[in-house]
This record gives sequence, C-alpha cells and structure tokens, in this order.
Amino acid sequence: MTQEKKSDTSSGKPSAVVSPVEQHSLDRRSFIKWLAIGWTAFAAVVAGYGSLLLRYLFPNVLFEPKQSFRAGNPDEYEVGKVSERFKDQYGTWIVRDLEKIYALSTFCTHLGCTPNWLESEAKFKCPCHGSGFYKTGINFEGPAPRPLERFKIILDDEGQIVVDKTKKFQQEKGEWNDPESYITV
Amino acid sequence: MGDHSNGNNKGILNKISETQVWKAIFRTGIPRNRRQRMMVMLNNVFLHLHPVRLPKHAVKVKYTWCMGGLSFFVFLVLTVTGILLMFYYRPTVEYAYGDIIDLKEQVPLGIMREIHRWSAHLMVITVWLHMFRVFMTGSYKPPREFNWAIGVVLLVLTMLMSFTGYLLPWDQLAIWAITVGSNMAGATPMVGTSGPGSSLLALGDVNFITSSSDARFAMIGGRFIGEAALLRFYVLHCIGLPFIIMIFMIVHFWRVRKDGGISGPT
Repeated sequence: MTQEKKSDTSSGKPSAVVSPVEQHSLDRRSFIKWLAIGWTAFAAVVAGYGSLLLRYLFPNVLFEPKQSFRAGNPDEYEVGKVSERFKDQYGTWIVRDLEKIYALSTFCTHLGCTPNWLESEAKFKCPCHGSGFYKTGINFEGPAPRPLERFKIILDDEGQIVVDKTKKFQQEKGEWNDPESYITV
Repeated sequence: MGDHSNGNNKGILNKISETQVWKAIFRTGIPRNRRQRMMVMLNNVFLHLHPVRLPKHAVKVKYTWCMGGLSFFVFLVLTVTGILLMFYYRPTVEYAYGDIIDLKEQVPLGIMREIHRWSAHLMVITVWLHMFRVFMTGSYKPPREFNWAIGVVLLVLTMLMSFTGYLLPWDQLAIWAITVGSNMAGATPMVGTSGPGSSLLALGDVNFITSSSDARFAMIGGRFIGEAALLRFYVLHCIGLPFIIMIFMIVHFWRVRKDGGISGPT
C-alpha cells in the first residue's frame, strides 16, 4: 500500500497522500481503543466513588447511648414493680416479679413508638395507636401484633445487673425460656 | 396640544428602546408584528418556557383547572418562604423546636412559617388534583406517556418533601410520626432489618442487615430519631430533594411543549 502511494507521488499525479499532520493523528482503530479505555476508567472511578458514597451514609461512630449498660444490684428493684430508671436513656424497663428480673424493650411492636407504664391499670399503653401490653410484655389490646421484646440480662462478677440490648428475646419464638433472658432472684 | 404630548411620550419610549442598555438586554426591540412577538418569546430565557402561540383551549380553566401551573406557583412560594425560614431555623436537637416557636412569636411576620406549612399542604393537594385531571382527560396517553411517568416521580418527590419537612419542627408529633414512617423503611425486603429476606444476607452467624446497617439506618443516620436524623432530613428537605425535583420539573415542562403542547378536548 505505502509503496503504491509513494509511486503515485513520484508520478506527480494528485493522490491520497497522507499529510504529515494526519500521519501523527490517531487512526480510527486506536481512537476507539483509547475511547474504550477512557470510558472504562471513568466508569470504574464512578463505580468506586459510588460504593464509597453508599458507605458514607453509614457512620462509624454514633452519638447515642451505649447498647449495653449496668443497672445496679437486683435488690434495688422492688418485687412486682416496673422500674422506669432506664427508660429515657436506654429504652428499657427493668421488671421484677416473684421469681425473676427481666429487661423489657420500650419499642412498641406495632410501629415503634414508646408506650407509657400505667401503674394504676398495670399495663403498658402506647400513645400512638393504643396498643396495650401486660407487665410481662404480652400484648392484649390494640394493633400490636406481638409481645414486647426482652433484652439479654445477666449478673456480672460483682453481682451487678448488666443489660445487653444487642441480644433480643421474642416470646413468640419461645425465647423467653432462655436463661439469658432473665435473672433468677 | 394632546397630539404633541402623545408624540412626546412615544418619543421617550422610542428613545429608551434605542439605548444601548435596552438593546443589550432585549435583542428584539418592541414587538410590533407577529414575527417580533415570536422573537420576544424565543429570546428570553423565562418566556421561552411558554409556547409562542397558545391553542384557544389551553386557557380553558374548566378543562385544566390550572392545577399544574398552581402546583408550580405554590412550589415557588415554598422556595421563597423556605429560604426565609432558613435565616432563623437551626437544625439541632437543642435549638430546632425553640426556633420554630421563636419564628412564630418573636420574629416579625410570624405567619411566615404558617405560609410555608399551608403551602406545603396545598402543594400536595394541587399535585394530586393535577394528576387526577390528567387521568380523567386521558392526557397520559401517547405521545404523553413518558411525561406521565415523570409526573409520578414528581408526585413521589413532593411527598418526600412533605415527609422530610414534617420532622423539622421537632415536636412530639414530628418525632413520633417520623419514627413510625422510618420504621417502614426497616421493613424493606432484603435491606431492612425487619423486612422479609433480611436474614438471607448473612455469612454464617454474621448477619449483615442489622439495626445499625439497614436501609432505615442509612436514612436516619442512627438507631432512633435523633440529632443525625434531624440533620439528614434538614439537608434533604432544603437542598437534596429541591435539587432533584427541579431537574424533573424542567424535563416535565419541556416535555409538555415537545409532546404537542397542553392537551385539550379534541
């Protein structure tokens, strides 16, 4: 091909001589190759940044109360009473009955509002949609579909109550018999 | 005498319209004929959103109820009052509720926040009625089916604006309404901790979808409605969603023109 072209020029006829500028510019094939490389690199950067951006929405440090807390000694709790000591800060009621102490979640199983403990009526009543729960956490009125959840509760080496909210026990799954879901007193 | 003063007035107008300042701003000159009137519309960034000529039925209020236009008008009211409210409102747990009370009782023109709130309610109503009108007149049919889809996105964005704005007064109603609303995000399939299939995304005993890594957590930036949720909703309400809604509105209005103008009885 090139030889033919050269011979064309030598013969002095007007022909498709490649000008010096065109010789140095990209031909179609390498242009498309670089285009593909460029777009691939761009897409990779966008995808990488996109996934980092998704991760950005999940903070590493939360400025919220801890998920587990110490709740004093068992004899600080009266038999038959619901303690609201840790309701505001940790969202937990500590309840003591004749045999055991358990930690109830204050998160209504309907839509997540915080019920109130009504001492005179001996029930938890949710102000949002009227769900009612017995002292045990069992639901008996309103739209709540299942009982309140209980948290893991243990005694540490010094005999102090420790509540761990990361572990939950649900009555409907038969988990309230789990020894970690109550303290025997 | 009368003729003379008339001529004088014309002279002043003409003189103004021949100054360099006037000509630099309005390229077309005073619209005296059809072509010039058309050029006025085409050469102005605000006017060019309108069609050069309207079909007669387009101004029939009984047919369109003007609900699309009213929605846009209310959106403009919300933008202006919203920016003004931002001068006084601080989106923190410590100040938010107090600033709302302050806006009502201490700041001059205490009705500003109410204008914003009423307009927000009104915008939801006008957007719904606009959708209802478009449906009842069959204006979703080809060639306007894509614009109907854009409109559905705009409806969702309008309601998200309402939802995020609802938290900002930081009163009991707001906190618990958003608690209930955001718990629905926790029931998202696969990526919500109480949703179906959330336990499928696990490696052995390690569950990836927990109350601190699910869709609800990403939305409110915590395990319950607190400081992070207030700030996130504020940013979405004032910057994020308005930005997105404006992009969709541009496409929506542009498509009205490109799909053959406002629909009418045929």
